[in-house]
Parts: sequence; structure tokens; C-alpha cells
Amino acid sequence: MLSRAQSTLSALMVVIAMLSLASFAQQAGAATRASEFTLKNGMRVVVVSDHRAPVVTHMVWYRVGAADEPPGVSGIAHFLEHLMFKSTEKIANGEFSKIISRIGGQDNAFTGHDVTAYYQRVAKDRLKTVMEMEADRMVNLKLVEKEVLTERDVILEERRSRTENSPSAILDEQINAALYLSHPYGLPVIGWEHEMAKLSRDDAMSFYKRFYAPNNAILVVTGDVTADEVKGLAEGIYGKVPANLEVKARPRPQEPPHRAPRRVELKDPRAGKPSMQRAYVVPSYLTAAPGEAEALDLLMKIASSGPTSRLYKALVVDQKVASSAGGWYSGTARDSGKIAIYGVPADGVGLDKLEVAMDAVLADIRTSGVTQAELDRAKKSYLAEYVYETDNQATLARRYGWSMTVGRSVADVEEWPDRIAKVTLADVKAAAAKYLDVRRSVTGTLLPVAPEGEAKVPASPTHSNRS
Amino acid sequence: MASSPRAISSESAAATRRLVLVLGAIAAVFAGFAWYGAPPRQALVNTKANGPMKIQQVKSPGGVSAWLVEERSVPLLALRFVFEGGNAQDPAGKDGVANFLTAMMDEGAGDLDAQKFQERIEEIAAKMGFEDGRDSFYGSFETLTANREPAIELLRLAITKPRFDEDAVDRVKKQLLAGLAFAAKTPNKIVAKEWSAAAFPNHPYGRPSEGSPETIGGITGADLEAYRKRIFARDTLRVVAVGDIDAKTLGTLLDKVFGELSPKAELTPVPATIPKSAEKLKVVEMDVPQSVVQFGMNGLARKDKDFMAGFILNQILGGGGFASRLTEEVREKRGLAYSVYSYLQPYKHTQVFGGGVATKNEEVAKSIEVIRGEFKRMADDGPTATELANAKSYLTGSFALRFDTNAKIANQLLWMLQEDMGVDYVEKRNALVDAVTLEDLQRVAKRVLTVDDLIITVVGKPKGLGRS
Repeated sequence: MLSRAQSTLSALMVVIAMLSLASFAQQAGAATRASEFTLKNGMRVVVVSDHRAPVVTHMVWYRVGAADEPPGVSGIAHFLEHLMFKSTEKIANGEFSKIISRIGGQDNAFTGHDVTAYYQRVAKDRLKTVMEMEADRMVNLKLVEKEVLTERDVILEERRSRTENSPSAILDEQINAALYLSHPYGLPVIGWEHEMAKLSRDDAMSFYKRFYAPNNAILVVTGDVTADEVKGLAEGIYGKVPANLEVKARPRPQEPPHRAPRRVELKDPRAGKPSMQRAYVVPSYLTAAPGEAEALDLLMKIASSGPTSRLYKALVVDQKVASSAGGWYSGTARDSGKIAIYGVPADGVGLDKLEVAMDAVLADIRTSGVTQAELDRAKKSYLAEYVYETDNQATLARRYGWSMTVGRSVADVEEWPDRIAKVTLADVKAAAAKYLDVRRSVTGTLLPVAPEGEAKVPASPTHSNRS
Repeated sequence: MASSPRAISSESAAATRRLVLVLGAIAAVFAGFAWYGAPPRQALVNTKANGPMKIQQVKSPGGVSAWLVEERSVPLLALRFVFEGGNAQDPAGKDGVANFLTAMMDEGAGDLDAQKFQERIEEIAAKMGFEDGRDSFYGSFETLTANREPAIELLRLAITKPRFDEDAVDRVKKQLLAGLAFAAKTPNKIVAKEWSAAAFPNHPYGRPSEGSPETIGGITGADLEAYRKRIFARDTLRVVAVGDIDAKTLGTLLDKVFGELSPKAELTPVPATIPKSAEKLKVVEMDVPQSVVQFGMNGLARKDKDFMAGFILNQILGGGGFASRLTEEVREKRGLAYSVYSYLQPYKHTQVFGGGVATKNEEVAKSIEVIRGEFKRMADDGPTATELANAKSYLTGSFALRFDTNAKIANQLLWMLQEDMGVDYVEKRNALVDAVTLEDLQRVAKRVLTVDDLIITVVGKPKGLGRS
């Protein structure tokens, strides 16, 4: 149950060795740095020690997110995350963050489609306090109607900041909604505005009661602490919270085969320039065949990441049809992954011409693959990034927490460099041929013009002074 | 428009409870560096598990100075360095040249053209980044120990032998122009630019740090090189190294990277100024549902004897997130905004006490009224003893959180070097916080929070915002 912790140093040395040796693959598998155990109530715990500074990062991850919301209450997972800072029997309204601040700590929380996580960064001798507070609000949340309504106004402002004020964010939302034919990944995490406006205390409490329990949570502690210390504290604090055997993941609707490419076009005078982006539904690390997600990661690094990528070189440097172009693969979600590409056309170049040029680059990779030099460079870059991230205990906490919460294991995380090292040219080519298939995609374009049928509004800000 | 994903932990879909806005907001005001922006960093008392952090003062054989913290447990080296100058040194008519240069630093140097240079960086997995603040030109560099030599060579080339090939300059110029076109329609960007223009008329701080389409369009490789030669000089250079290296090796490295630079910078004098405007309220009409508001007035200089009191005052008023009055009154009690904050930011030639809020057009007037009311209440009565105790408790207790990675330690030390703090500031800092009294805060609140001096800029379609 309790795996033995190894030092950060030895694990790092293994990765370093991989970077500098020609055949680094064999050496990678040994890298283990996290300890993992499970409390009697089913709460899983991961500990990564880093004794350089007397500080810890404490996170509790719940296996629930926006993709688990009942129909009609989009945004409830994120809204509940806000409301978790209200009150319990022990903590007066709005005091949670103030207490953390008074003990010299920092705290926050975030919500995704698959996860909801809460964290505090504190001096190591405060770990017990934050554990007690987090364990308390895991099951003892109290919500007052008035506080709920005020916080609802806050999330509506949050939506205005993130989405309504930004044409490219609106386009993202539209692309995403069109991308999924059945799966709730098409819902915006923040929620649709008309549904957010009706979210209630009851909606929040029923979501809370359904999903918040130790057996649906993962505790991650990184920093100046040992696994044994965490185990002692966690058993005495989180271990006292009863499991809720009713908690189980709601089966999510899954995607049918994607048979036709889809397009959305947004006309918005607030857009500064035309742009296009395309998203494809592909497997994630959870759903891919062994090695396939790693191949997708490397494929998109080579095809689309940064100034050495195929898309940038072809469209921006050589053909000069774009001022910027790029893309990425996101493989961290539970039920599927996503590839995205984007481009901003050069002045005088139409979006159609840009898209043709973009498709030609992708078609070339599907047909001819990538070069060994590109593959080697991309691998080194990823492996180095893995090492750089170990400098930061908060980053490590997220790396492990996210992966564990969506259903991967500590071993999956730590064997990742090894698996990246094993990807071949043929793997990358096969991934490109299979997944850069436009039928899996939605292409979105953004045009800086007024929509048809609407009065022409000034496209540019106008100034007026009142003093 | 696209964020670069993490290999295995992309969180692009996540929405957070608290917009981590303070850094971004300050950077938007003055395009400051992330580690320099935010409520002014006080630097550190590093109480490391194995004793206080040891700062070594290193001088290279060639005379380049640096601070070094050896940290051998991780095979990484982080360098941070800074030249005095920043975009306040952009020549007249060349607004944005410093910013342009930051984007050119990996676009080819020595015998390597842009593509070769960028491929080489990737092959040896080095990290290099440059940013311009109002007063400073910052560099950050990280390498794995195994690749230190070739990585350092790339850094040397970038700083001393940039090529500025015409096609690279032209390509980056088009990217910058596209960025300006997007920024011209982005409320957060507009408000920062317009506030600076209103508060610092006829001063370099009032000019757009990223330039305008006209100035960027006119900038050539020769302009970039002229700026580099003036600003990249040894007399204003400050360097910090943290990681897997000893003092002797670092000395050799410093000479290699910086030894060829000119001994003396050619800085254009920048006059001291304060935020001041005849028009206290400026509205930039834009058809968006949420208005973005920025406000500010004269603050406290870093060397001001009241600076620490001002720093704590800001923590209580609007710099302390959920523990601050503005968040309590605007967000928690009234639900008017997701983001509301204040900051105290000293610059080399001015100082700002400012803040911001974003709220739907219908609530702009009310939000500003509440914020002004809080400024006035604080000026009249000062904070409570409990608020002061809580703020001190946070500021001293959280100090160690700034030192838990090599990169963060390097950022903090660079800040100390820039502000001429001695190495012992790390040990003294919490005592300086604790020494501030309630009377100090009451005095400073009256002195600084003169609410009628607030300069306010609004971007959006605010309703009912009358004469102020």
C-alpha cells in the first residue's frame, strides 16, 4: 500500500542521463519519486518530497467537473467551487481564505471538465491546519441563499471577463460546442449564461452531496514533508470523514463516429484581425492505444509548436501567408483528447488561402511523416521540460493531481519520459494519418465585421472625455 | 490566442475562482516583468530547512559582478539579469523598439540564422526569455547542467552578436503589428495604454510601451542594434545565478557572456514625474458588455521612508485578495465584480498607487463609487489594529513561499540587486514589516489616498457615469 519514496535527486538523475545518452529509453522506467497510498475511507494520497524550502503545497482534487453536470445547470461545478469558500459550522462566512492568509498562506481553486481542485501553499508547520479546514468543507459546507445569489453575480462577471468581452473566446466556445456531438465536453466550464443566471443553492448543494466525499477525492501534498508524516496526518484528519458509497461517476454520453467536417463562422466587429482555428477530437492518454497519445504529443510538437515547427516554417517563414501559426495536442482529459491548430493570415491574404496552405502542411506530414532530426529534437525538448518542472513543487502537485484524478496512475506519470523516448517515426506518421482527419474537426473563422442584419457599430473604440 | 500546452497536464479548460490578475494587471500598466510587477516584492528571508540561504557575491576575473546561490540538489542553472533602461529609453518616434528587441533575441546571432538558432536552442533544451519593463530590460535563462556550455554560448551570441537579418526583422514586425491590431480591440490592453497616456502626458511613461503601428512600421534592424548597443552595457548590468554551479565556474561564465559588452550604457535622462491629469475621468467607448476600469494616482517611491507602511496599507486596501477591503466590499458583499484590486508600484522616475475593476456596464458608476468610498474611509480612519496584525501575519508568514524554486529565488535576488538592497535584506525584511505601526498607516493613508487625485480610465459602455 505504501510505496517507498525516493529522492527527487535520483529520479532527476535518471532523466538527465536519458537526455545525454543515445539510448535513454531503457533507463527511464526506474524513475519513481511519488509515494502513494489509500486511506480506509477510499481517499487516495500522493506525496512528493522536496526539502529545499520549508514550504508545502496541499491540494485536494475531486473527480468531478463540468462534464458531470446534469442537463440545464451548466456551470454548477465551477459555481460550487466558488461557494466552497463560504462557510461551515466551524468557519464563518467568507473566512476560509482570510484564515489561510492570516497563517501566511495562499489559496485558490480551479475547475475543469473532469476535475475540481482546491489548494493552499503554506509553511510546513501549517499543513495540519489546512488539512483540517479542507476536510471540514469536504462534507460540512453551509450555504445561505443571499450569499449564493451574490456569488452568482460574481461568476456572471467572470463570464463577461473571460468570454463575453472577447470575440476569440466566443469563437472558442462555439467551436467546442460544435465539436462534440454528444459528449458534455461541448459545454463551457464556466457555463452558458442563461443557465448560470438560474443556478440555485439547491443546485449547488445537490451537486456537492452527490460528488464531494473522500472516496471521490485525491490528496496531493508536495514539498518539505515525508510520506510518513502525511500519512499520519491524513489518517487522523481526512480518515475521519466517512465515505459516501452513493458517490459514483455519472456515466457520460460518449461520442459517435465523426463523419463530416463542420464549420462555424463568427463575425464580430470587436475582432482585431481575421483568424482561423480548427479543433479535432482525438484520443487522450486515457483512451489511446499504448504509445498513441505520446505519438500525438510529438506529432503536434513537430507540426505546430513554436518557430521550429512545420506550420510556422511553411506559412510564416517561407510562404509568408500568415503572421502567426501554430497548434497543440491536449491529451489530459478523461474521455477524449483534442488537437487544435490556428493561424492569423498575413495582410492581404484571405482565410481560404491560409487554410489551403495549412492543409497542405498537414497533408505532407500524413503522407511523408516527419524527419528523425525533428523527432529527436522534440523528444529532447519534452524530456527537458519534464526536468525543468521538477524545480517547482506546485507544478509537480498539478502534474500528479491532474493525472490521478482523471484515472491515470503514478506509474503512468513517471513512465512518461520513457514512453516518449520509445516513439518511432512510424508511430508519428501513423498518428498523423489516422487523426489529422478533417472529419473529426470543426473549423472556426473569425472576421472583424458586423454580422449581417445588424446595424453597423463603430468597430474601433472612440474616445470621449468627461472630467 | 493559443496557449502552449503542457505535455501531460494541460489545464486549458480550467476556470479558476480567482483570476490571477494582479500580475497581469500591473504588467498591463507598465509592461513590467512578471517577477517585478505585482505588489512590490519585498524579497526574502529564506529560512531553508538546512539553514539560511547563502548568497555569495561573485566577481569575475573580467570584473562582472553577480549574486550566486548554489543549489546542487537539482541539475539546473537559472540566470536572471537586467540592464537599466527599458522602454522609457525608446527614442522619440521609435516607441516599441525595446519591445521589438525582446522578440528578436532568438532570431539569429553569430553564424546562426533564425531557424538554425531556434533549432539549436531546442536541441540543447535551453530556455531563454527577454522582457522590457518601463525602466529595465530583463533576461532570463535556464539550462540543464549537462548542456551548460553550448547553452551559454547561445546566450552570449544572442546578447552580443544578434544578426537582425532583414527577413527576420520583417517577419517579427508583422507579428508585432498583428498584435497591436488585436490589442486595439482588447479592453484590458486599451485601458492600460490609455491610463498611462492620461497620467503621464509628454513623458516616456505615457507612451505606448509596445509602440504604435506607425512607429513599429518604421523600426529597422539598425534601430534595434542602436538600442542594444546603448542599453546592453556592463555598468548597469545586474546578474543573479541560482543552481548547480560554483563561484569560479560562474565567474568564467560571466566573462564569456557579458565580457564583450560596452563598459558604459548611454542612457537618455528621464525626468522624474508623478501621475497627473487635468481630466480625472476618461471614457473610451467600446461596444462590450463589461467595462474595464483602471485607476491610479501618485504613490510612494521605493526609497521613501513610508514605503513599507504604504506597502502594508495596499495589502489591506486592495492588494491582499480576499483579505482586502476592496474585494470584501465590491465582490463579496455586492457581487459587482470578479476582479477588483489595488497595487503600489514604484518606478525609477515615478510611483503609482493604483488599481482596477471589471464590471458590467450598468454597475460601473456604483463600483467606482464604492472604491472611492473605500479609499476615503481608509484615508479618514486608517485600518484597524486587527487588519494590521492580519496583514503583517500574512506578509511575514508567506515570505518563504517566494523561495521554494530556483527560478523564484533568482527573481527575488534580482529585485534586491536592482533596488540596491544588501544581501542582509533577506534577514531584515520581516523585522521591517513588524516595525510598522498603526499610526504609520494612518499617516500614510492620509498622505497617499487623496481620492480627488484619482485618475480613472474606463473602456466600455458605462451607464450613468456622470461628471466626477
